[in-house]
Amino acid sequence: MKVVVCVKQVPDPALPGELDPATNTLMRGDLILDESDSYGVEMALQLVEAAGGGQVSLVSMAPNSEVKGLRTALAMGAEDAVLISDPALGGTDALGTAKVLGAAIARMEPDLVLAGVESSDGYTGTVPEMIAGVLDIPSITFAKQVAVDGSTVKVQRQTELGFDDVECPTPALVSVTAGVVEPRYPSFKGIMAAKKKPVEELTLADLGIDAGTVGQGGSRQETTEVTTAEARQAGEIHVDEGDGHEKIISFLSELKVI
Amino acid sequence: MTLGNVWVFAEGDENGPSTLTLELLTKARDLGSNVAAFVAGDGAAMASELGNHGASTVYSTGDLGGKLVGVHGAAAMAALIESAGAPDAIMFGQTTDGRDLAARLSVKIDQPVATNNVGAEVADGALVVEEPVFGGTQNIYTAFRNDGPSIALFRPKSFEAAASGGAAADVVAIDVPDAGNAGSAVVTGRHLEERSGPQLDDAAVVVSGGRGLGQPEAYEMVDQLAGLLNAASGASRAIVDAGWVPYSKQVGQTGKVVKPSVYVACGISGATQHLVGMKGSKTIIAINKDPEAPIFGVADLGIVGDVHKVMPALIEALKAR
Repeated sequence: MKVVVCVKQVPDPALPGELDPATNTLMRGDLILDESDSYGVEMALQLVEAAGGGQVSLVSMAPNSEVKGLRTALAMGAEDAVLISDPALGGTDALGTAKVLGAAIARMEPDLVLAGVESSDGYTGTVPEMIAGVLDIPSITFAKQVAVDGSTVKVQRQTELGFDDVECPTPALVSVTAGVVEPRYPSFKGIMAAKKKPVEELTLADLGIDAGTVGQGGSRQETTEVTTAEARQAGEIHVDEGDGHEKIISFLSELKVI
Repeated sequence: MTLGNVWVFAEGDENGPSTLTLELLTKARDLGSNVAAFVAGDGAAMASELGNHGASTVYSTGDLGGKLVGVHGAAAMAALIESAGAPDAIMFGQTTDGRDLAARLSVKIDQPVATNNVGAEVADGALVVEEPVFGGTQNIYTAFRNDGPSIALFRPKSFEAAASGGAAADVVAIDVPDAGNAGSAVVTGRHLEERSGPQLDDAAVVVSGGRGLGQPEAYEMVDQLAGLLNAASGASRAIVDAGWVPYSKQVGQTGKVVKPSVYVACGISGATQHLVGMKGSKTIIAINKDPEAPIFGVADLGIVGDVHKVMPALIEALKAR
């Protein structure tokens, strides 16, 4: 079974985010593997093990040939990666991203495509379904459990009211929620091996994509204004010395909740 | 200046349209001169409530059975655009099905989608949407410059729902074209979580727990406190991911947006992901042992202390009243 996992390399969420004042797009400094995608990588590794063999490949889109996050996923156990890196990709929106990743994935001919439900920086939550649209394959989003039985994918799909059992034939795309599996930590051996694993770098031209359909121009949207939101003021801070609950009680009665 | 036709992707259950749907319809009345609702399901059952919030027409696919709303709803909407003409804007709630349908439609008609919005206005004939970024510290305004419908997704509670007093919407049955291989996923079973007591979406008081509770069993304290305050119980993403409580309790960027009169955060540090979902609350009370926790930056009353000491004392004191 061949599984392709979409991974995004994102700015470290522990650091404060910033907009590029010139373009109003997200500034991307040193990039790491998006934690949301580590669940997809782990899920893929487990599904291939359960199927008795196969291959886990990665696909990512990033400026400046960035591979640090990809190396983390390779160290977890993925075999190889395809990276699309092209200066024309700056400012690409969700649809443009799906066109690029979809074109790259089509060349890889997977049985299953996995992605995180949403990235932790842009969190549009639309790219996986769009990729399925570009590839014209079935998709099951918001999976909290995934199993593959021959050529059938069986998923528990989270809904607003609970969950649904959903199944479809392969090839298919599944987007997984955080917490679907516990991502493994790369071993030392894995980290060393990852340095030698192949990362194929492609440009838009390699994929036959017209640069005008992606990037800032392809998004056909314009940032007209960026404002600073009014900050909420902090109130009273009280260090509990056995009387914390009394403070809360009197506050709740002031508010007439009790 | 307003737009012409605005469509709203309407969702709901046997009790009628969701609150989010009514919020979007209310805003759609401001944005456009004519509002229509699109239901991927039985639209006739909702026609009077949708009409009462401004929809003149409800496009209805009829029951989809076990078919997924995303791919089939998008096929039906694309066909409707083809036959009836494209509206100026299509508004979706930021829900699971809303995201899927908008995403599939985006590819089908090759038009961009703007997600996570909390505001909308019309400027120079174009839809401009407002998206909060970096945990809501900044707002980005984006204008559509495409030649086609402006497709935008909105977070819950971005707008206030208000009835228009309109008559029941005209129901127009629409075709669901064959989605081919892409449409081959089927729902084989549905599982509804038990819902009792006040619901997170509209409770006046919410009590939430996070990682600081230490272990799953400690969430019982959150439920007890919620019971005593006639509140809904919620959770941070950390303990939902850890499997302590179901996703339906998650408050945050992913999960539910709540704006209660009082929000009590117990053992929640206040990651951006969580703050985005609750900082619209009128009053916030936080209990956390780390004095540096970001939650204290938004709390009206912050108790620096151990939840395992403060919460039991609070529960006892409330029981004694």
